[in-house]
Amino acid sequence: MLLIDCPHCGPRDEIEFRYGGQAGIAYPDTPGELTDTEWAAYVFLRDNPKGWFRERWFHVHGCRTWFTVDRHTVTHEFRQSP
Amino acid sequence: MTRLPSGGLIDRSVTLPFHFDGRPLHGHPGDTLASALLAGGVRVVGHSVDLGRPRGIFSAGPEEPNALVRVDADPMLAATTVELRAGLQAWSLRGKGRVDPDAVDERRADKGYLHCDVLVVGGGPAGLAAALAAGETGGRVILLDDQPRLGGDLLSSRVLLDGAPALDWVTATESRLAALPEVRVLVRTTAIGYYDHNYLVAVERRSSGERLWHLRARRVVLATGAHERSLPFPGNDRPGVMLASAARAYVNRYAVRPGSRAVVYACADSGYEAARDLEAAGVEIAAIVDPRPQGLAGALSGRTVTGTTADAEGLLTGVRIGDRHVAADLLAVAGGWNPAVHLFSQSQGRVVFDDTLQAFIPGPSAQAERSAGACRGLYGTREAIEDGHKAGTTAARCDAAHHATRDAAHHATRDAAHHATRDEAHDAPSPTARSGPGQAGHEAPQALSSDEPALRPPAVHWGELAPDPTTFVDLQRDVTVADLARAVGTGMRSVEHVKRFTTAGTGADQGKTSGALMAGVMSQLLGTAPGQTGTTTFRPPYLPVAFGTLAGRDRGELSDPVRTTALHGAHVDRGAVFEDVGQWKRPWYFPLDGETMDEAVSRECRAARTGVAAMDASTLGKIDIQGRDAGAFLDRIYTNMYSTLAVGACRYGLMCTADGMVFDDGTTARLGEHHYLMTTTTGNAAAVLDWLEEWRQTEWPELDVHFTSVTDHWATVAIVGPRARAVLAAVAPGALELAFMRCAETEVLGVPGRVFRISFSGELAYEVNVPWPCGRSLWESVLALGAVPYGTESMHVLRAEKGFPIVGQETDGTVTPQDLGMSWIVANRKPDYVGKRSHARPDTARAGRKTLIGLLPDDPTAPLMEGAQLIPSPGATRMLGHVTSGYASATLGRTFGLALARDVAPGDRLTAVSGSSATAVTVVDPVFYDPENTRRDGDPASPDGDAGVPGVVPGVCRAESPAAHVAARFAAASSDAVRLRELPSMPMWEVRGDDPGAGLRLGPDWWLVTGDASREGWVEVSGQRTVLELAGPGALEVLITGCPLDLHPSVFTGHAQTLLAKTPVILERDGDAFRIYVRSSYTRYLAKWLLDALGR
Ligand SMILES: [Zn+2]
Repeated sequence: MLLIDCPHCGPRDEIEFRYGGQAGIAYPDTPGELTDTEWAAYVFLRDNPKGWFRERWFHVHGCRTWFTVDRHTVTHEFRQSP
Repeated sequence: MTRLPSGGLIDRSVTLPFHFDGRPLHGHPGDTLASALLAGGVRVVGHSVDLGRPRGIFSAGPEEPNALVRVDADPMLAATTVELRAGLQAWSLRGKGRVDPDAVDERRADKGYLHCDVLVVGGGPAGLAAALAAGETGGRVILLDDQPRLGGDLLSSRVLLDGAPALDWVTATESRLAALPEVRVLVRTTAIGYYDHNYLVAVERRSSGERLWHLRARRVVLATGAHERSLPFPGNDRPGVMLASAARAYVNRYAVRPGSRAVVYACADSGYEAARDLEAAGVEIAAIVDPRPQGLAGALSGRTVTGTTADAEGLLTGVRIGDRHVAADLLAVAGGWNPAVHLFSQSQGRVVFDDTLQAFIPGPSAQAERSAGACRGLYGTREAIEDGHKAGTTAARCDAAHHATRDAAHHATRDAAHHATRDEAHDAPSPTARSGPGQAGHEAPQALSSDEPALRPPAVHWGELAPDPTTFVDLQRDVTVADLARAVGTGMRSVEHVKRFTTAGTGADQGKTSGALMAGVMSQLLGTAPGQTGTTTFRPPYLPVAFGTLAGRDRGELSDPVRTTALHGAHVDRGAVFEDVGQWKRPWYFPLDGETMDEAVSRECRAARTGVAAMDASTLGKIDIQGRDAGAFLDRIYTNMYSTLAVGACRYGLMCTADGMVFDDGTTARLGEHHYLMTTTTGNAAAVLDWLEEWRQTEWPELDVHFTSVTDHWATVAIVGPRARAVLAAVAPGALELAFMRCAETEVLGVPGRVFRISFSGELAYEVNVPWPCGRSLWESVLALGAVPYGTESMHVLRAEKGFPIVGQETDGTVTPQDLGMSWIVANRKPDYVGKRSHARPDTARAGRKTLIGLLPDDPTAPLMEGAQLIPSPGATRMLGHVTSGYASATLGRTFGLALARDVAPGDRLTAVSGSSATAVTVVDPVFYDPENTRRDGDPASPDGDAGVPGVVPGVCRAESPAAHVAARFAAASSDAVRLRELPSMPMWEVRGDDPGAGLRLGPDWWLVTGDASREGWVEVSGQRTVLELAGPGALEVLITGCPLDLHPSVFTGHAQTLLAKTPVILERDGDAFRIYVRSSYTRYLAKWLLDALGR
């Protein structure tokens, strides 16, 4: 049970949150102009590193805020996103 | 008698009778079942699992491999961990328990959540010193110990501290702890798991049932002690062979002589201490065998135990030491110590092998944790106390620094402080580099001195490798040295492989006494150092835990939160059969006397098609959407247009995920220029709200739009059928003139309501909404006006006859709107909508995808099974698709179905295969009923739909609060300690954007305001939540059994949105009272949960 630091509510148990996957995957400005390959990369492809990973969480049972953190995928350490 | 006449920590003034295998015995408070069995002369407690060899009591604690017994309703427990109680019934086992489903078990397990600054696991000398040191800094400290009383090994020893019995120090420390208000001591509590971010789980054994504690600590001090280990020699499993530390515990703590004549096998110096204590208790010491070249006084130095002898029963009669045979009925084995690194290892810390101690000890910490005392190889009492004191002081100091950092920079530096946890955890030198008392930089707690001699390193002795069939490594699993040799002989090198091959270490004891022995024997077999061989992984739970304990109160009707509508009581009274839709209980059908489901559904459907019927539609998700960009936002989310929708109009919409697949559908109405109301499917309501929030916050923050769930604020009754208008005329006359797909805010039975003219059946239909408290009254009025109640099954039949797909039934995340034949709803002219680009991907745009079709079985009575596979002909193997819906239709007079299939066209003949049945079907268009939509204004053949409706005037709505039905039970369950009641309902509003200057702040720009103070843009949610109040000095202890949040008065001062009993709530503190704002649909469930908690 991770302890996740919501920027609004402070540290709360993981069960109050929903995982949002890799951060920084912006919705393309003009999807219609992308090739099929580029669009598929946006929709389907994500990093899966061993180590620090910038990811999104949603405080679904709290303040309902989306936020971004860095988590170490081996140790589960959190650090503030630079 | 083997019970000593005096001494020990038992209360001889009270006798506790119990039975073992039907035999009456007795013991005293302070006994374990094991000590009472020994006192009663029971030597054979069970037989081993594979070989059936007689086995006795081997240990005095949770490491017990042998003495497994059934105790009352518990199928298998170690007798050494069972506190004796009067009337206990125990039975011997052969290594394996068996659950008796008929056993009566009155105990009721539950759980609790606690938070602290410093958690100390283990109440021996190190743990007590740590708890006291941390507690005296004012921190919040929790101390756990698995025994009924604190003291750890000191309970079993005769060590003197400063010349006085060590228990005096324990007692003094206990009273100092008791004087600290922020220290909580939990005895009979075993930490069983150590998880991420200092989250530990512990089991507290209460007579009323076990409690599973969920503990979150800023810092953890592990003071879990050490387990003495077994030694390998032929016949090392006989009843009478016992750990030396256990023999010492039985004489000192339990005042029981475990034998009359003993041989002590002292591979480690603890054997000498045991010999001394046994002798003091009147046990004759026949020999002390010490394999080390320099044994202490009186020992047979440089010798080893080479075998045992036994009588016909298998009981130990003597010990072979080379060619000598020494008669003895007790062989006390001191094999050295294994630090109890289980929790440390579970915390992801790596253990390292210490060559001097011949044991695995904690390496660097992985979490904000530090081991202290014997669990890191410091075996002396004085050293343990010093180490514990230091660990407690350091933990408290680090935590204070943590607090200071937080206060200084609030949230920004939380993580930094969190990191720091890894650095200072092991600032102490390695235990083998002992630097003596008072290590630099730390004050010793007291100038304590103990009378213990310095301990010498244990003998490195892993026995002979001869293939003797009775030299056991793992007593519980009957694994011998010969078995290990066989495993290594087959080529296995990893201890993990050998464990799986031989099952060594896989018993209920998880190899606590045998793990090091296994590593030692293997290293000898492989010719490597034990440190290289390594140890198997320590996994939770540390001790076996009953499933019932893990389940706690989460069973029966409390197993999962249940949502009910405002109409639920009426449905129950009417005998509805319910089905689960997500967490909702929805009426499935309403059988009249003796009706089958098919009969009831036929009748209900007929009423909807020919007269008037009504359904509880309250469970559909309702999301209030406001803001200048609300229309633009919806244009991006839905595949069709909403910014062009007229105010007062409704439109059906589909939303897709970015991959182009259908995600949800529903009708969204435009209530004002910048105000929409979206409805979602019942099961997807929360997911859709999350979806909207995700796009707004993470992709389009520039859009002025916000969302408020009003699902529970409104109760919704669908009035359906050609005679619906007559019913509507009586309840909401202001909505009579509504055209199809229009809505109106209008009075409903005297209260402000909303009416939407939408239809999911093809018939004339209205969805009438009133605030939650009025829902039941509206429903009863509609039924009194002649509407026939119908449930979800009829709703499904009616929509399937019209060919309306249901998201989640016809779709499964691989279906596009085009696949459903709904290209008409996809606005290709829009520059973009979520999923648009994917609809042009080659795979989604290709021909030959599965599409929605209709099916008619050749045999009009043959049912079509949902999930049946469609094949071209009987016996074919090419699967074309599957049946998604299959019903019998009263209207069509036959069965029919919907399916997803590829490469088929109307008129094609297919076979639907399900199990052993094969049904011949014909493909048809998926709209079976009224394809021209002639009925949505009523029956075209009989336009006067008002005829035949009873002229009842229903009057006005009666309001009924969501917890009204339990008010009396709340009152009855309340006491001076805890009072429970529902607060009177108040107007409530959710406010987005600017701070309203009042109310509870729920999020960065989100407030809940109570009172009659509505302003433009505030969303009324008076019915959305019910407010329960739990007050009194005992309220907090009730809440911690279901709320993971830290509710300590120093931390939780205001309010928070969180979970209680797995239910989302707003919790607000007001002195010793807590107000619980719960979604109205969860109120019934939460009331049950609270009443159950108060009943404990
Ligand atoms: Zn939050």
